[in-house]
Amino acid sequence: MLSETEIHAIDHEVSLVPYKKAAVIEALKIVQQERGWVSDESVEAIADYLEISAAEVDSVATFYNLIFRRPVGRHVILLCDSISCYVMGYQTLYEALQQQLNVKFGETTADKNFTLLPNACLGCCDHAPALMIGEDLYRDVKVEELEGILKKYV
Amino acid sequence: MERPLTKNINQAQPLNLKEYEAVGGYAAVRKVIQGMTPQEVQKVVQDSTLKGRGGAGFNTGMKWSFVPMGPDARHPKYLIANADEMEPGTFKDRLLLEGNPHQLIEGMILSAYAIQADISYIFLRWAYRKAAQLLRKCFAEAYEAGYLGKNILGSGWSLEMYLHTGVGRYICGEETALLNALEGKRATPRAKPPFPQVSGLFGKPTIVNNVETFCCIPHILNNGVEWFKGLSKSEDGGTKIYGVSGKVKRPGAWELPMGVTMRELLEEHAGGMLDGYQFRGALPGGASTDFLTADHLDVKMDFKSVAAAGSRLGTGTMVVLDDATCPVGFVHNLQHFFAQESCGWCTPCREGLPWVEKILLRMEQGRGKTGDIELLEMHSKMLGPGNTFCALAPGAVEPLQSALKYFREDFERHIIEGKCPYHSATEAPKRFSKSMVV
Repeated sequence: MLSETEIHAIDHEVSLVPYKKAAVIEALKIVQQERGWVSDESVEAIADYLEISAAEVDSVATFYNLIFRRPVGRHVILLCDSISCYVMGYQTLYEALQQQLNVKFGETTADKNFTLLPNACLGCCDHAPALMIGEDLYRDVKVEELEGILKKYV
Repeated sequence: MERPLTKNINQAQPLNLKEYEAVGGYAAVRKVIQGMTPQEVQKVVQDSTLKGRGGAGFNTGMKWSFVPMGPDARHPKYLIANADEMEPGTFKDRLLLEGNPHQLIEGMILSAYAIQADISYIFLRWAYRKAAQLLRKCFAEAYEAGYLGKNILGSGWSLEMYLHTGVGRYICGEETALLNALEGKRATPRAKPPFPQVSGLFGKPTIVNNVETFCCIPHILNNGVEWFKGLSKSEDGGTKIYGVSGKVKRPGAWELPMGVTMRELLEEHAGGMLDGYQFRGALPGGASTDFLTADHLDVKMDFKSVAAAGSRLGTGTMVVLDDATCPVGFVHNLQHFFAQESCGWCTPCREGLPWVEKILLRMEQGRGKTGDIELLEMHSKMLGPGNTFCALAPGAVEPLQSALKYFREDFERHIIEGKCPYHSATEAPKRFSKSMVV
């Protein structure tokens, strides 16, 4: 079931496009914003509401890497693993994050506070290595700064 | 030296509408809407020799000229800014988006007028949160001032502008894949023809241009064709935002005349290599461009000169390979990216790129086999232009084929020595499989 807030937001997106189906990505974003991730039930609810098949909604949901089809922690860490960050040593940050959080890429910490994901180029190559936590961007990150950064989210 | 695109950039506090108007902002909109026909605008932009700054380098005015005009043209027509900056090593549009969002909006209004578009979108990648926030504020100001909305400046022409924030995937930067994403579909590219100018978003005439391209438009219309051409040191008009990243003293982005040399960029602007590191090569325009080496440092960074040297200007943002970084590891990182970002639509790309990544990984881990180099060479041909549905795989093999040419010894040593000469065996990179991603 979609909430009233979700329905209201989806209706607005539908009003901007020529047909309902075109709002499916926006609908997925709205549900994820409200619930943190997109469950099978949500996929079905969106499909019903937009009058398309659940398979079609899921094919879109699974295509895009920032739509989460599994529960994630309260804060998602996106660590840039692209070329400039590779040259500037993102691997050291990854090792430190694995140690401090006891998770690998794709995993969520036991206290469900963080999910750690690799991300393609964040567009801060002149300040590599870079990572995002939620909506916050960190640039020129040094290993010794990680603990302090993570503390802000505990 | 004139720097029209960046002179009013302020990343700490970008200009609001009043401040932007005070430095001449939106003057071009007034001038054009009240005194030029759409065809005249197209002609000026075409004559200015402005080439698309997203990487392909096609004449912008000519691209617009394929949009059907006149009373029989189908509406709504769409104009889209491609702000899905995801080419690894590229960070120039972020500067323009965060530093002076009104400049982009003004450029889009002018371009929309030139093709008589009714609806415009900025397709912004999710990660650019600050840009999203700023653009929303600037949209509101522009609507309030009457530069957007119904009957703009009393002309009878109307334009709506929306922000779409993406949900990931590099392929969204391919213009027809971007259209599918905006239509709420998987972002797989479309067959061309029909070209988007004729049948684009929701089947209607559509123009997609890069952020930097749009930012040039107000300046061309304010100052004229000759002025714009005069900014450049090459036959491609204008300035270019160049960038350098990697182990250099001052990584960054700078607006410079189109056609500065790689050496100028690297030595004067980026300050040269960090102490203790030597330059081995660079991807001149992002991850999908062929390596150039120290022999090419005097190559001018314009479309034609970089092509003549065997690479592409691409986005003009250079990624430097230093002598302490393993070229095989470097190329593996790139191929990991491309394999992951393949949309999966066509077989050579979907199957070929993971194969390439696998071969490079085993080389890097000391398990390379005799024949692997030949296998990689075969892939760079099989995945090259003409064999795939879109330009992703041909772009992916550009750094691979040129690395095999310029750094072949490094590839051979990995196989002969059974290890990466740059790492100890325990440090070899692990494979991050797609299944690890939520």
